[in-house]
Amino acid sequence: MATVATTPSPQKHDRPPQPPPRGRGPRARSGAPWWFVLPALAFFAFTVLVPSVQGGWFAFTDWDGISPVKHFVGLDQFRKLLDDTAARDAVVTTLLAAVAITIVQNTIGLLLALGVNSRIKSRNVLRVFFFAPAVITPVVTAYLWKYLYAPDGALNSLLGAVGLDGWKQDWLGDPDLALWSVVAVVIWQFSGYSMVIFLAGLQSIPGEIYEAAAIDGAGPVRRFWYVVRPMLAPAITINLMLSVIGGLKLFDQVWVMTQGGPGGATDTLSTVIYKQAFQFNQYAYSTAIAVILTVFVIVISSVQYRYLSRQERNSA
Amino acid sequence: MNRYTWRTAGLEAVMIAVALVFAFPVYVLVSMALRAEGDDSSPIALPNSPTFANFGDAWQRAGLGPAIGNSLMVTAGSVVLIVALAAMAAYPLARSTRRWSKSVFAVFMLGLLLPFQLALIPLYQTMRDLGILGNPLALIVFYTGLQLPFSVFMYTGFLRSLDPGYEEAARMDGAGPVRAFFSVVFPLMRPITGTVVILNVIFVWNDFLTPLLYLSGSGRQTIPVALFGFIGQYVSQWPMVFAGLIIGVIPVLIAYFAMQKRIIQGFAGGLKG
Repeated sequence: MATVATTPSPQKHDRPPQPPPRGRGPRARSGAPWWFVLPALAFFAFTVLVPSVQGGWFAFTDWDGISPVKHFVGLDQFRKLLDDTAARDAVVTTLLAAVAITIVQNTIGLLLALGVNSRIKSRNVLRVFFFAPAVITPVVTAYLWKYLYAPDGALNSLLGAVGLDGWKQDWLGDPDLALWSVVAVVIWQFSGYSMVIFLAGLQSIPGEIYEAAAIDGAGPVRRFWYVVRPMLAPAITINLMLSVIGGLKLFDQVWVMTQGGPGGATDTLSTVIYKQAFQFNQYAYSTAIAVILTVFVIVISSVQYRYLSRQERNSA
Repeated sequence: MNRYTWRTAGLEAVMIAVALVFAFPVYVLVSMALRAEGDDSSPIALPNSPTFANFGDAWQRAGLGPAIGNSLMVTAGSVVLIVALAAMAAYPLARSTRRWSKSVFAVFMLGLLLPFQLALIPLYQTMRDLGILGNPLALIVFYTGLQLPFSVFMYTGFLRSLDPGYEEAARMDGAGPVRAFFSVVFPLMRPITGTVVILNVIFVWNDFLTPLLYLSGSGRQTIPVALFGFIGQYVSQWPMVFAGLIIGVIPVLIAYFAMQKRIIQGFAGGLKG
C-alpha cells in the first residue's frame, strides 16, 4: 500500500522563500529538534532494518530455524533455487500477476477516475463506492470470490441465467485459469485505489487549461492526450509503482482462494516463502527466496521510477 | 461545457451500470448472509425468507467478540504510535537541510521498497527470544515500524509546504522547540493526520499474514485470522460464514465512511510532493 514516489526530490518545491541563513544554518533558525527522529528510527530499525539485514545473512547459511547453529554455505541456497522447478515457476507466476494487475487495474482506475471527475450527478457517491472494496479485508473478499468462483457458485449461475452456459468454468480448479481468476479479484478490489490517486491528479488540473483546449477545437481524445495525460504524470508514476510492488508481494488472496494450487499453478514468491519457512522448516532457503523477491522489487521499481520520472520531466 | 447534456446523462448511465457490476459480489455476500437454513435457491436469487439468525450464530461460534477486541486494541495502539512517531520524525526531516537529515529521510524511504517478507522470519525469531510472540504487543511494535516510512513520507511532504512562520512566531513568544511543535505544528498538520490515520487503520485492521504468524497458537486472534479459522471450520455453511465476514468488516467500513473525504484530499496533497 505504501510507496508514494519513493525518492521525491526534496528541494524542488520546498518552502516559501526565506531570508538568507544567519548563524549556524537552518537548524538554528527553525529549531526543529533533531532527536525527534530517534523514536521513529528505533522502531523502524528494530522491525525492518535489522531483521532485513539478518534475513539477507540467513540466506547464505544452512539455518533450519530451530538449531542455534548456523553455518555459512555461500550461494548454496540460491543454487538450490535454480534446481527447484516449483520456485522457478513461482517467479514466473509472480511476474505475470504483477504485470497483469498493473496494466488492467490502472486502466480501469483511470477510466473510473475520468468518469467520476465529470459532471455526472452521482459522482460523489460513486467515488466513495468504487474505493470501498479496497477497504474490505482481503481475507473476506478472497473468500467471497472463492464462493463466486465455485463450480455451482454465483458466477456460473449468473452465466447460466443470461444464457451463456458455454462460458461456465471451473474458475479456480483449472490450472490454466486459476491465476487469472485470482488476479481478477485483486483488480476488482484495488481499481478504486488507483482511481482515487488518478482523481487527485485530475483535480489538480486547472479547469481553464482544459476549456482553453476545447475552445481551440481539440476533441476529447486529443484533450486527454495533450492536456490531461502530461499533467497526470505524477499520479501515473505513483499508481504504477504501487501496483507493481503490491503485485510482486501478492499473498492474502492466493492463500485464501487456492493456497497456491491447483498443482502450484498460483504459487507466488510470497506463498513459497511462507510454505518453505513454516510448513517445511527450510528457514534459510525461505529467506533466500525472500532475497530474490527483494531484488525483484528494488530493481523493477528503480528502473520504473527512473523511466517514469524522465517521462514526467519531458512532459512537464 | 458546464451543462448537464444528453452525453453527460449517457455517461451517468454507463457509470452506474459499471457500479452495479462492481457491486455484484457484495450483493451475493449480503443475500447469502440473510438466507435461512435449507434455502437452496440459486446463489444469485434473493433469499426466500430473509433472517438475521446467521449473524448471532456466527458471532458466537467464530469468537468474533474477543477477536474484535484484539483487533481494536492492535489497530488503536499501532495508529496512535505511528501518528506520534511519524509526525515528530517528520518535523526535523522537513525543516533541516543538513546532510544527516537527507540521509535519514532516504533510509526511511528505503523502507517503502523492502518487502516485509525479508524481515518476517528473523523478526519472528527475535520476538520469540524476547518472549512477546503471541502477545498483541508484538503486532503493535511490528506495524509501527512497518508503517512509519509511508507515514513519515506523508507528514514530511505536508510539512515542507507548511509555512514555518507559525512556529517561528511561537518561538519568538518564548515557546521552546518541543512546545512549539506540540501546540502549534502538530495541530496545523490535522488534515494529513486524518489521512495517515485512515490509511493505517485500513492496513492494520485488514492485515492477515503477520497475525497469522505472530499470534498463532496463542488463542488471541485478530479479525482476519479469526475469520480464516472460522471459514476452515464451517466450510459448507455459507450463510453463517458470510454473516461472520460481514461482522468482521463492519468496523473498518464505519471508519472508512466517517473519514473517506481525507483519502482523496490526502493523496492530492501527496501528489504535490
